[in-house]
Amino acid sequence: MHAVEGTLPRIVQGRVWKFGDDISTDLLAPGAYAVAPLEERKRHVLESVNPRFPEEVRPGDIVVAGRNFGCGSSRETAPEGLKALGVGCVVAESFSRLFFRNAIAIGLPVLPCPGVVEAFEEGDPAEVEIAGALVRNLRTGQALWGRKLPPAMLEVLAAGGILPLLKARGQQLSGTT
Amino acid sequence: MGMTLAEKILARAAERREVSAGEFVTARVDFCMIHDIFAATLFDLLESTGIDRLWDPGRVAVVIDHFSPAPSAAVADIHRRIREGIRRFSIAHFYDVGSGICHQLMVEKGHVQPGMLVVATDSHTTTYGALAVAGTGIGTSEMAYVLATGTLWFQVPQTIRCEVSGSLSDGVCWKDVVLSLLGRLGSDFAQYRALEFTGPAIPSLDMSGRLTIANMAVEMGAKFCFFPADEVTARYLRRTRWDGPIAPDVDASYAEVVVLELERLEPLVALPHRVDNVRPVREVEGIPIDQAFIGSCTNGRLEDLEVAARYLSGRRVHPETRLLVAPASRAIYEESLRRGILQILAEAGATILSPGCGPCFGGHLGLLGEGERCIGTHNRNFQGRMGSPRAEIYLASPATVASSALYGRITDPRRVGVAYARS
Repeated sequence: MHAVEGTLPRIVQGRVWKFGDDISTDLLAPGAYAVAPLEERKRHVLESVNPRFPEEVRPGDIVVAGRNFGCGSSRETAPEGLKALGVGCVVAESFSRLFFRNAIAIGLPVLPCPGVVEAFEEGDPAEVEIAGALVRNLRTGQALWGRKLPPAMLEVLAAGGILPLLKARGQQLSGTT
Repeated sequence: MGMTLAEKILARAAERREVSAGEFVTARVDFCMIHDIFAATLFDLLESTGIDRLWDPGRVAVVIDHFSPAPSAAVADIHRRIREGIRRFSIAHFYDVGSGICHQLMVEKGHVQPGMLVVATDSHTTTYGALAVAGTGIGTSEMAYVLATGTLWFQVPQTIRCEVSGSLSDGVCWKDVVLSLLGRLGSDFAQYRALEFTGPAIPSLDMSGRLTIANMAVEMGAKFCFFPADEVTARYLRRTRWDGPIAPDVDASYAEVVVLELERLEPLVALPHRVDNVRPVREVEGIPIDQAFIGSCTNGRLEDLEVAARYLSGRRVHPETRLLVAPASRAIYEESLRRGILQILAEAGATILSPGCGPCFGGHLGLLGEGERCIGTHNRNFQGRMGSPRAEIYLASPATVASSALYGRITDPRRVGVAYARS
């Protein structure tokens, strides 16, 4: 898993999939498939809220959600499922701490952006500049500023995750104190 | 300026004289724990990143608790890979099938001690704050990073001080304290922040109750949740000297202060599908339930089973309701067996499960079908958590769950007439 290493795209473009507040890790990665292979797990991402999502989401699509996105478990399979489905970025009013950390750690772009729920309707074409934290609705022309990620997190995202970064920094870390 | 407990522990772990909320620090981790959902993947990640030796295998524990015992051949294979990984990486502390729930074991076995910084691959790692430990959950990739380097970045959190006074009324449990906070303050009140419990009620709050509250602090989004290390802690750990910081400075600065008077509390329940959808039990009495569950890292301790036994002693669970009981650890299982608690529960009709997480996270051992309702002492009632997305989960105290199991409907424990009911 997380085998795909690469650089962070500067801009993500796609259609918007909208979700509400408190989207939990049980909705993102149901416990019943906790140790199933990724190919199976990704078919159940958010299926209880919108069964079309795992079937029809396309690479680059953008998840727009309310507050406390990813609340609940520490399971990294929650952002991993979204990444495996090709989601380009999750833009939410706010994130749960664990989901936010995990998303950065596996290289899934996330952006806290107050006001985003009101600015988008389901299916709107959207564009996100990740480092610049700029979110645009290409239907309405509206632009919003999210909260910029600190440089250290952008560095992790650009490396494709914390482990690719560790690898890139050299194996000398291994086993040392 | 004075520091909160979160600031003091992170300052020590980052080898700094002082840190303050908002700063990013790289801190040295004192102990880490991984459970069976993530351990095999973690070993694969270590291998694919080229890490063949851990920074300190003596500071690592692995627990098989979520699928315990293995419900399928596929999971049995995962457990086998975990056991191989334990040998390959020379991990010092391994708890196999039947030992108990990871958080209970970390506390029971003395792996976490006041003043430590501890990370684990589970959100309920905030539990350790009951012993003045900065405990917080991380994901699998970050754990691989910690196992390789012994360090991780943290943002120093702001702290909310929660002042607790008074004492609990009959039929009210410590679980009701945390449900009350969730109902009042909401599921992201403490997001990215730490909680510190203080006030005149704290010395009377036993370790079991502290663990319950700190456990569910993460349901408010908390990064850490602290109780001070005091005489209760010293009695529990059978020691009186600590290496790390155990209490905040008197002039520490807080983002917010929350006041809680215990006399005002009554039995509470979180309704589906939100942990902060909290109402008094008396307002929702009568809702029929198919399953009742007593267990989990929130409320599977000896004190919880004892409360349940007081309600169920000499009585029978309602014929249309099934009651599942899972002690949180083998030690709790054995002690409740010795004290006759398990006998009372079994004779009342309970199914006693092996120590572990099973039904709470929706893995196995008692999942729900379409339209079924479960009331449990666990920590999450999110849609789809325990099986069917069309099932409903209600969260309550051991007293409320035991009372509800008796009547087959949600029942206020004060109706059942047991004088003593604290947990």
